[in-house]
Amino acid sequence: MATLDTRLEPLPAKPHKAPMIAPGHTPGSVTEHIASIPLTPLQKTPKWWLAGFAVSFMILMVFLWSVGNLLVRGVGIWGINQPVGWGFDIINFVWWIGIGHAGTLISAILLLFRQGWRTSINRFAEAMTLFAVACAGMYPILHTGRPWLAYWLLPYPNSMGLWPQFRSPLIWDVFAVSTYATVSLLFWYTGLVPDLATMRDRATNRVAKIVYGALSLGWRGSAKHWHNYETAYLLLAGLSTPLVLSVHTVVSFDFSAGIIPGWHATIFPPYFVAGAVYAGFAMVLTLLLPLRPLLKLHDFVTDRHLQNMAKVMLATGLIVVYGYAMEFFFGWYSGSHAERFMLMNRAIGPYKWHWMTLILCNAIVPQALWFKKVRSSPIALFIVAMFINVGMWLERFVIIVVSLSRDFLPSSWGMYRGSIWDWGVFIGTMGLFCALLFLFIRFLPMISIFEMRTMVPADAGEKEKAQ
Amino acid sequence: MSASVAGPAVGLFGLMAEFPDPKSLAKAARRTHEAGYRKVEAYTPFPVEEVMEALDHHHSKVPLMVLIGGILGGLGGFGLQMWANLSAYPMNIGGRPLISWPAFIIPTFECTILGASLSAVIGMFALNGLPMPYHPVFNVPRFSERGSTDGYFLVIEAADPKFDRSGTQIFLEDLNPSEVSEVEP
Repeated sequence: MATLDTRLEPLPAKPHKAPMIAPGHTPGSVTEHIASIPLTPLQKTPKWWLAGFAVSFMILMVFLWSVGNLLVRGVGIWGINQPVGWGFDIINFVWWIGIGHAGTLISAILLLFRQGWRTSINRFAEAMTLFAVACAGMYPILHTGRPWLAYWLLPYPNSMGLWPQFRSPLIWDVFAVSTYATVSLLFWYTGLVPDLATMRDRATNRVAKIVYGALSLGWRGSAKHWHNYETAYLLLAGLSTPLVLSVHTVVSFDFSAGIIPGWHATIFPPYFVAGAVYAGFAMVLTLLLPLRPLLKLHDFVTDRHLQNMAKVMLATGLIVVYGYAMEFFFGWYSGSHAERFMLMNRAIGPYKWHWMTLILCNAIVPQALWFKKVRSSPIALFIVAMFINVGMWLERFVIIVVSLSRDFLPSSWGMYRGSIWDWGVFIGTMGLFCALLFLFIRFLPMISIFEMRTMVPADAGEKEKAQ
Repeated sequence: MSASVAGPAVGLFGLMAEFPDPKSLAKAARRTHEAGYRKVEAYTPFPVEEVMEALDHHHSKVPLMVLIGGILGGLGGFGLQMWANLSAYPMNIGGRPLISWPAFIIPTFECTILGASLSAVIGMFALNGLPMPYHPVFNVPRFSERGSTDGYFLVIEAADPKFDRSGTQIFLEDLNPSEVSEVEP
């Protein structure tokens, strides 16, 4: 088991690579460092946290205001209309859910591939997944127009005698996204339980002790506990891996099962999954790069982590660029007039600036990651990650809006732009996401403490005792 | 305190020995197991393979539960779609088959994963006897202080047939622990 590897012999040294954890740490010091962040007394909350949470909370209020308005006045306040019925809501849904995918990739797939470096970032990335899925799930529900009836999407015996259409990709989406949200929550919570026990034992405040104690379910860390725990954790990782691949595949089916030019392509599932991982890693870096100095996490999130994340971004970015190239090839090779027109329309039509910015953000700027200088500079990485965040949003805009606005019948063409309420909901979900993240880093250990203890060289504890 | 009671002590959960590192705990656990003690539990702040092996924790029931959960989830998901399309809400659209099973695979897959994951987590907690709001080991101050940070503990329960208040204490002290303490129930 990769990160849960508990061999007592030190691993063979790899001198050419930066360490995954700074030298000199012991299980005790790792625990102390990570657990002290959430256990900081309330009155000693850092000012940057208060400021950040206040701003996020205000943006969350923008979300509530926009959604409140939507509920009162209906989806007519958005920019959607014929022929573009899927606007910001679906763009943002795909964007957010894609961001979530990096968390599962880091926590599950990298665990199965025995990538030890995932240990210091998996908890944070999983939290990011959860909050991103929460934001994503909001959009299709709001887009139904009557969100209070969204439970009609679920198969349940009802007085109308109706059942959902199980052959529809939209119902597949309901199954895929709700399963993904549930399994992500289970995985995250299971990983947290031993750390919650640590928090329970270290908390001095009575309320904190009771809350952490209840959440840790009485975890004692006995050999029997760990034995079942490791098995369950590894199985969950094995189950999450096909799940995460299926989620974005199903999201891509929403498009590729339709006949709209630019949607009906077989390359969509892998192309979407790669794009999701690309966007997700960019978001992990966007969040982690400022947090690393603020929470003094340099010992645990080392330059090697940044290097590796940059490499994953570069690789998935190239797959995405290959996807763009293949879309043009398919369009040309299909011989279909509508497909060829769609691609010309993408590149030189009324939305050409969106497409060109997308190519700049997703295909050109990330090539800087080939250089080690860029990969090891936090500021340069942050800039590249921001470009990718914007680029991946534009990619979904181009796929959805450009294809819908001009399909087969020129008489039914139209233009689309998001209204102020579209922007309100979009920016508002960022507030929701950031507010949840701020609460997470304040009250829960953002790095898996027990897994970090296993990363400490085996003799460190003995040395400490000898001193 | 029941320190003076000899034999299978009343009012004593067991004896706890603390070790300085996982290596010595693993060694002690192996010797305890070899000495014939069976109601033994080792406590570590992170999973240590050697300790689990020393105490003979080889087969977890979690994989079987996950398999059953996955199969039930998959059958349930597919069965729901069959039933909904065949009897609850049959729709004849141009004579197309009611059971177009390839279209049902994705919800079936998701239900399989959901069933398996839920049984992995619920099964793991159930097998571990959690949630458990109270357990005697927390009565030892050293344990509740270091047990989830960097303490390595071995407990022989008084319920063990081989347990003997003074004999077991001598046995534990022979294993080179840094401390031996009583665990009140």
